[in-house]
Amino acid sequence: MAKVRLGEFASARSGDKGADANIGVWVNTDQEYQLIVEQLTEDVVAQHFRALCRGGVTRYELPNLRALNFILHDTLDGGGSQSLRTDAQGKTLSLGLLQLYVDGPGR
Amino acid sequence: MAGRHETVAIGNGQGFWGDSARGPDQLVRGGGIDYLTMDFLAEVTMSVLQKMRARDASRGYATDFITQLERILPACAEHGIKIIANAGGVNPEACARAARDVASKLGLTPAIATVAGDDILDELPNLIDSGEQLSNLDTGEDLKAHLERVRSANVYLGAFPIAEALDRGADIVITGRVTDPSLTVAPLIHEFGWTATDYDKLAAGTIAGHILECGTQSTGGNYDRWRTVPNLAGIGYPIVEVAPDGTFVVTKKPGTGGLVDTGTVTSQLLYELGDPTRYLTPDVVADFTSVRLDEDGTDRVRVSGIRGGEPTGTYKVSVGMHAGWRTAAQLTVGGPDAVDKARLTADILFDRLAEDGVAFDPEDRLVEVLGTNVLYPGMADGPEREPSEVLLRIAVRSAERSGADKLGAELASLLTSGPPGLTGFAGGRPKASEIIGFWPALVGKDRVTATVTMWEGE
Repeated sequence: MAKVRLGEFASARSGDKGADANIGVWVNTDQEYQLIVEQLTEDVVAQHFRALCRGGVTRYELPNLRALNFILHDTLDGGGSQSLRTDAQGKTLSLGLLQLYVDGPGR
Repeated sequence: MAGRHETVAIGNGQGFWGDSARGPDQLVRGGGIDYLTMDFLAEVTMSVLQKMRARDASRGYATDFITQLERILPACAEHGIKIIANAGGVNPEACARAARDVASKLGLTPAIATVAGDDILDELPNLIDSGEQLSNLDTGEDLKAHLERVRSANVYLGAFPIAEALDRGADIVITGRVTDPSLTVAPLIHEFGWTATDYDKLAAGTIAGHILECGTQSTGGNYDRWRTVPNLAGIGYPIVEVAPDGTFVVTKKPGTGGLVDTGTVTSQLLYELGDPTRYLTPDVVADFTSVRLDEDGTDRVRVSGIRGGEPTGTYKVSVGMHAGWRTAAQLTVGGPDAVDKARLTADILFDRLAEDGVAFDPEDRLVEVLGTNVLYPGMADGPEREPSEVLLRIAVRSAERSGADKLGAELASLLTSGPPGLTGFAGGRPKASEIIGFWPALVGKDRVTATVTMWEGE
């Protein structure tokens, strides 16, 4: 299987939960869900966000929606009104995750 | 009232304070919904509103709501649409008065109710004296030592007080702080007679509310498959059509733009989600892993299977606290060598501030050269060539207002005393704004009393 950007077959949305960020990522088929369950581990996501995420990553599974929900702890420089960053609410982080290279579903 | 409809249609016309007035206009025009909900209160809004009320006792609510009410009330009266909004902020009473004034100006006399009791700012010392520590859920610290920094304190109330207001005949319900999904759950309790132990139904209503609460984020807005979304300009605001058993359809008005499919709904289900099996409200613990989505025709998604459980014995409290001052400033830097010039500009600024005795710790200053992969450090490929221009953004934090203000005072001079190509200084000197930090805590449900008031005649 070829390495592809996650965004070629997955979708995502992110937001803030205090100083933590959440990123929900979802796919369309059971095969794709298996691929993200296997590859998008807490460690892989923490490594991808290493420049921003200071508190580790927790992953939750939602097989009913073929989705994974990641909590990126202590990632938003205080979050909301405290953060100095342009993206204080983590709204663009989902698109950052979708740029990760993973094994794609192939054709 | 129970059993009035086979299904109840609820539309949300406002995802946050600052959302477009097009939402409520679109949803009430020509009828077609039973309830219009409007969500105005982000966490930081409460502290801003407390400050407004401290300056003027007749303020402290979401003034946009009154402006919008004036536009939509005639259609709401014509089509029998009831309005539920958390526009009351820290002063629901004043908001109700303003709503009544605007209605009477239009020759209308809707029954207006307020739901309050969420604002516990004045009761904090008593609560602490009587044993509620209001400990910080993240750090475990007790609130007592920080009382002088507190700017606001609000409990997140649930849906039942709003449902009571509807039971008592309200056409417009104005609340203070309630959980966002409560605005949606309340009319379902009222219409269908759901009880406090109907956990699966309350969970279904809660998830319907979660799908609605950010407005057009469930109908194709902020969606990574944006190229597939037709007519974003005319995007439809979301509507749920809920059956008495709690199953519901997510949709939007015919002829509006945007898109409702399992993708757009899934995206919003995942928004700001924590542990999906334990989505807590004062009324229920909803399980997002029980949700089943099925497409049910064009722009219609059926949602079923939702399970819920018994709620906890506490309310969530959000305490807003003074945490210093912040200023953010921007300049546009034209090339060639835009990136080097942007960095030099930031260095010059901080050198000049230091000369004046204003220094910032490394964690209290941030320089972003936007256009050089600031949002995705280490994740995305940077630009292949030197960008022909960049946006320089500089932000600082300071315990003193004067320190944060100084950044704005020194900014404009850079256009004539820095490297060439600086522009885009417009709109005046950036000023320091107060940083409000949030202290999440819990309080026993028995320590808080929600109050429902009908404002008739007077």
